[in-house]
Amino acid sequence: MSKNLSQRWNHFLERNRKSGGYLLKKIIMRRLYSIARAVLIFGLCFLILQPLFNKISASFMAEKDLYDPTIIVVPRNPTLDNYKIAAYLLKYWKILRNTLFVSLLASVAQVVCCTLVGYGFARFKFPLKKLWFACVILVIVVPPQTIMSSLYLNFRFFDIFGIIKAITGSTINLQNSIIPYILLCMTGMGLKSGLYIFLIRQYFRGVPKELEEAAYVDGCGNFQTFIRIMLPDATPIITSCFLFAFVWQWTDSFYARIFLKSTSLLATELPALPTRLSEYIVSLTGSGKASTAYGMAMISTGMIMTIIPLLIIYVIAQKGFVESLSQTGLKM
Amino acid sequence: MAKTKVAKPKHKNLSRKKAIAGYLFISPFIIGFLAFMLKPLCESFMMSLSEVKVIGGKGGFVMNFWGLKNFKQAFLVDAEFTRFLTTELTTMLTHVPATIIISFFMALILNQSFKGRTLARAIFFLPVILSSGVLVGLEYNNSLLSGMEEYIKENTNTSEITATLQSILSTTGLGSKYLETVYNIVNSLYDVVIASGIQIIIFLSGLQTIPKSMFEAATIEGCTAWEGFWKITLPMVSSVILVNVIYTIVDFFMKSNSQVMTKITNTMVLQMDYGFSAAMAWVYFLAVMLIIGIFSLITSRWVYYYE
Repeated sequence: MSKNLSQRWNHFLERNRKSGGYLLKKIIMRRLYSIARAVLIFGLCFLILQPLFNKISASFMAEKDLYDPTIIVVPRNPTLDNYKIAAYLLKYWKILRNTLFVSLLASVAQVVCCTLVGYGFARFKFPLKKLWFACVILVIVVPPQTIMSSLYLNFRFFDIFGIIKAITGSTINLQNSIIPYILLCMTGMGLKSGLYIFLIRQYFRGVPKELEEAAYVDGCGNFQTFIRIMLPDATPIITSCFLFAFVWQWTDSFYARIFLKSTSLLATELPALPTRLSEYIVSLTGSGKASTAYGMAMISTGMIMTIIPLLIIYVIAQKGFVESLSQTGLKM
Repeated sequence: MAKTKVAKPKHKNLSRKKAIAGYLFISPFIIGFLAFMLKPLCESFMMSLSEVKVIGGKGGFVMNFWGLKNFKQAFLVDAEFTRFLTTELTTMLTHVPATIIISFFMALILNQSFKGRTLARAIFFLPVILSSGVLVGLEYNNSLLSGMEEYIKENTNTSEITATLQSILSTTGLGSKYLETVYNIVNSLYDVVIASGIQIIIFLSGLQTIPKSMFEAATIEGCTAWEGFWKITLPMVSSVILVNVIYTIVDFFMKSNSQVMTKITNTMVLQMDYGFSAAMAWVYFLAVMLIIGIFSLITSRWVYYYE
């Protein structure tokens, strides 16, 4: 064994000598590079994951652990009380159902609309096409705040060309229902819809035209070709758009605060958690108020409870998120 | 002769049919754009130039035109708006180039093959989920750790390791100003890494479109990896860089935790001052457009299109 090793060593030295020291230098450089790369990747991964770990550890700590300077990461009195209190204060299961319902409905509406529009932009020639596509870019670029005040008032006093007012005598208040938001999603104006239209168009442009032409020759109509031929082909990009729409909808508080005031969602309830905790403690003890640290630990717990469904989806559909998007071949 | 006469209208008919089908496909977008984008955009511009009053009950709202008063209030009267806007713009000037460079660098590394690449990719895209929407805002407010630190200091008098290190470093005569910048860079690294998930994906997609044969040919001609990077990789992904620059700027300005955004939303929802909030939103929008214009002009000057 040792003879074999020394033989190989000698052989290596021989080769190195013949190459004029180049071989050894090359190997050392390569090793050094991969070590440096590993350190860098590990460091950045740690940087990303560390807040998550922090929150997880804080969510298991009892209140006195939070103030104990000798406890840094691992709680000494691990407890599930934080989760129980947070679930009670948030009415977790009820608003989880709400959030799931709203996110699913909105993201499905968004993806259906964006796929149709993206396909239309990728595969048909029609007058003013460039103008309309510029409008898509405009939708991506305009901050929602610019139009929000006007949209808000429009849905507060909703009317279609004054018809409803003429019939019933007053406008409809759509502010506290989910209808306006779904309407926005269905017409490609929801949260980041412009981006999805752009991505889907980009994907369809990469699909070979011959596929479609064969279908047309065989007597398939436009819509049938789209459903039967193009849609199955575009599953990767549609899934990843759906996943992004779902996840971003889940955590969005801006649209939710404006359109869905009466529906309590995870994203809108979460920031109120410390106040609720204080009220809860006052109602129990009659006096006092929750300390800041305890309120923050409670927020960490709430965030973990919000993120967990998303993390499960991410772990299952990781490939859908990452790989399919990198296949689209994005170009301006 | 007769044959061509028949054939020509038929062809025209087909392209017309196609055009109609195309319009049908994009019709949801057209309706949405006209009803929920163009109309509100015009309306909010009108609002920014007038005083908006909501009439209680079933009435609706009235606008009294009063010129540039809202804009004057935003720039001259309001104490917060200009300050928020300038901090936002100056942060952006450093944030966008940093994000682009770091995400490009990360994409280059994640494009190489090494053990555990799938895991590393998965972790790098995690921020796309974890730092979206309300979660970012909470993250910034989460002063749990600093609060704990103060409490510990008050009660135990034991100083932290990092604080000790910091005090040692700043007393040894190394310029403390330089160290300050180092601390700042280290602190903002987290923000940049968190914000660069999508950009890494876009860069990866760009890098994967570069044909391998190009690098092989270059290596045979005696090109080093360094030269290959500048002469092949960079020009080939330059169009993707343009996409990324625009995406990063838009993403930065649309972050829901930005101070300007919060102020606009609060003015609208809580104070019900629609005219003033519309004026601020328009100023913000124009600033964003201006910056996108400048950046894309600079970037598009050296974008190279292969094909």
